[in-house]
Amino acid sequence: MSNVFILADFSGGKATKTTAELATAAARIGAVTAVVLAGAGKGVALAATVNQGPIASVLILESDDFVQYGVAASADALANLIKEKSPAAVLIASHAFGKEVAARVAVLTESGIITDAVDVAADVTATQLVFGGSTTVHSKVSHGTPIITVRPNSVEADFSASSPAIESATANIGDAAKKSKISSSQPLVKGGRPELTEANIVVSGGRGTNGDFAAVEKFADELGAAVGASRAATDAGWYPHSHQVGQTGKSVSPQLYVACGISGAIQHRAGMQTSKTIIVVNKDPEAPLFDIADFGVIGDLFSVLPQATQGIHAKKS
Amino acid sequence: MKIAVCVKQVPDSWAEKKMVNGVLDRENVDAVLNDLDEYAVEEALRIAEAHGGNEEGGANTVTLISMGPDRATEAIRKALSMGANDAILITDAALAGADALSTSAVLSKVISDGGYDLVICGTESTDARMSVVPAMISARLGWAQLTFASKVTVDPAGSVSITRVTEAGVDEISAAFPCVISVVEKINEPRYPSFKGIMAAKKKTIEQKNLAAVGVSAASAWSQVNDATPRPARAAGVKVTDEGSGGTALVNFLAEKKLI
Ligand SMILES: Cc1cc2nc3c(=O)[nH]c(=O)nc-3n(C[C@H](O)[C@H](O)[C@H](O)COP(=O)(O)OP(=O)(O)OC[C@H]3O[C@@H](n4cnc5c(N)ncnc54)[C@H](O)[C@@H]3O)c2cc1C
Ligand SMILES: Nc1ncnc2c1ncn2[C@@H]1O[C@H](COP(=O)(O)O)[C@@H](O)[C@H]1O
Repeated sequence: MSNVFILADFSGGKATKTTAELATAAARIGAVTAVVLAGAGKGVALAATVNQGPIASVLILESDDFVQYGVAASADALANLIKEKSPAAVLIASHAFGKEVAARVAVLTESGIITDAVDVAADVTATQLVFGGSTTVHSKVSHGTPIITVRPNSVEADFSASSPAIESATANIGDAAKKSKISSSQPLVKGGRPELTEANIVVSGGRGTNGDFAAVEKFADELGAAVGASRAATDAGWYPHSHQVGQTGKSVSPQLYVACGISGAIQHRAGMQTSKTIIVVNKDPEAPLFDIADFGVIGDLFSVLPQATQGIHAKKS
Repeated sequence: MKIAVCVKQVPDSWAEKKMVNGVLDRENVDAVLNDLDEYAVEEALRIAEAHGGNEEGGANTVTLISMGPDRATEAIRKALSMGANDAILITDAALAGADALSTSAVLSKVISDGGYDLVICGTESTDARMSVVPAMISARLGWAQLTFASKVTVDPAGSVSITRVTEAGVDEISAAFPCVISVVEKINEPRYPSFKGIMAAKKKTIEQKNLAAVGVSAASAWSQVNDATPRPARAAGVKVTDEGSGGTALVNFLAEKKLI
């Protein structure tokens, strides 16, 4: 059986849900090896968290160059490993770091690349939703090792426990990958809420909140949802930029997306219109986001949301 | 300093896009300068202005580099009218449907022949939305990669430091010339072309080259589209007006859909 690589994805020292999603897709193609890139002495602890999904083995590469030189060093080590082991495909999480690693790996291994796949089939055909979700595309890499980045929260993951064999290999990193040096790194502090790109439900607020996100947050917490924001809200400093949904923020594709006080500019839609169900709360009946809403409430979010929050609470008890 | 800015002409964000034979139909849509590239042009101009300018006799030049069809000159004129000095446009029938790998190969050759100190890109083109070309250029040229910058500080003596902002967090990164930079939209507010700028842009040179003149051969794309099918457009569903029970109606909808 052929071997498939996934680049294990971590956040806060733990493998993310995305790692299991990558493994689930990769297992259709062959036996899955999760590659763990870690700082010196950090590999074993990280590898121990790669314990969900159909993963046959974990391969640890350790080097402080990953910490100092980020994307370029990570891509170099992964590319050298691919050249050595010739996997049938390599699946990587579709976020800024993952896409840039994939981009460099594609160049270094002379391989075709597909980004933002929402699914990958056994014959390595990737499914993508392009043009703001209006078109489904199936495509295939025709040269080299298929390098595919997969969007978080798209593949129905097999979360069953696994206890993969753990091995180590040498990280080979050339000098060309050590040209931009990271002098300080501040990981994003995670709040108590689910991660935006991984959440099943996202509740977002826009300019209509007028800076007061309390109603949005209370509603989100009642639903166990992540909180998102429009650019108008992040630009005004009402919510951190890391929560921005849209073209230049995050792309989310949850089961349920609730937009509160957001008009629906094309750049906002670009990041949320593949959500399964969309609910819109807006005072203006002409707001363009209503055009793609499964359910819309024309009204003031400051009265609609508290009533809905209470309603859900009542149903639970 | 010699600064290059990679700019792309893309279909207007609002335009309906279609695939023809597995390739985006670029002919029958309104086209504009990729809006994220405006931030790259603005940043290049600010860097030039902070260190001796890019006017006649200034210490710096800002050259636009673009790969695309003939009509991409429209988007390039806009960037020229913001204040860039000149432009190179690579047009070749063999490049229709080129993928990011061939795009980056062509751009890299032009960049290395031009002897630039800095190359500045947007983080993403709004049509393909791949966010890979800057990293590919850096890998091909073996130049430092300083991408997703929300702040760029240049020392004309030969080094750059940036603040990189991604979903993973915030990094401070620095490197020596030459570097490939990409900028996020939070970095600046792109200027509107002035009347004077628009008039001056008409006289600026756009050097058009085909692949032979660049000196690279056309490679076929390394990924192939098997099929592209339009998905049913999202239709508007139920819309209620809140007359005191809008929140309750919302909860009932959630319950009906088994979302709670
Ligand atoms: C290069 C570029 C990139 C961009 N990237 C993004 C991006 O990633 N994400 C993004 O979101 N935007 C992005 N934008 C900005 C985008 O164009 C819009 O400006 C932005 O999405 C508007 O945010 P909004 O809907 O919150 O504000 P507005 O458009 O001002 O809408 C506010 C809405 O709130 C409603 N409202 C007001 N008060 C209430 C109330 N009490 N109750 C209910 N409703 C109320 C109003 O009726 C209105 O519809 C980008 C723009 C550019 C140029
Ligand atoms: N055909 C092109 N010509 C010039 N620059 C490009 C081209 N394609 C991409 N770029 C640059 O690379 C950036 C990222 O594009 P992409 O990787 O396609 O999302 C853009 O913002 C441009 O700066």
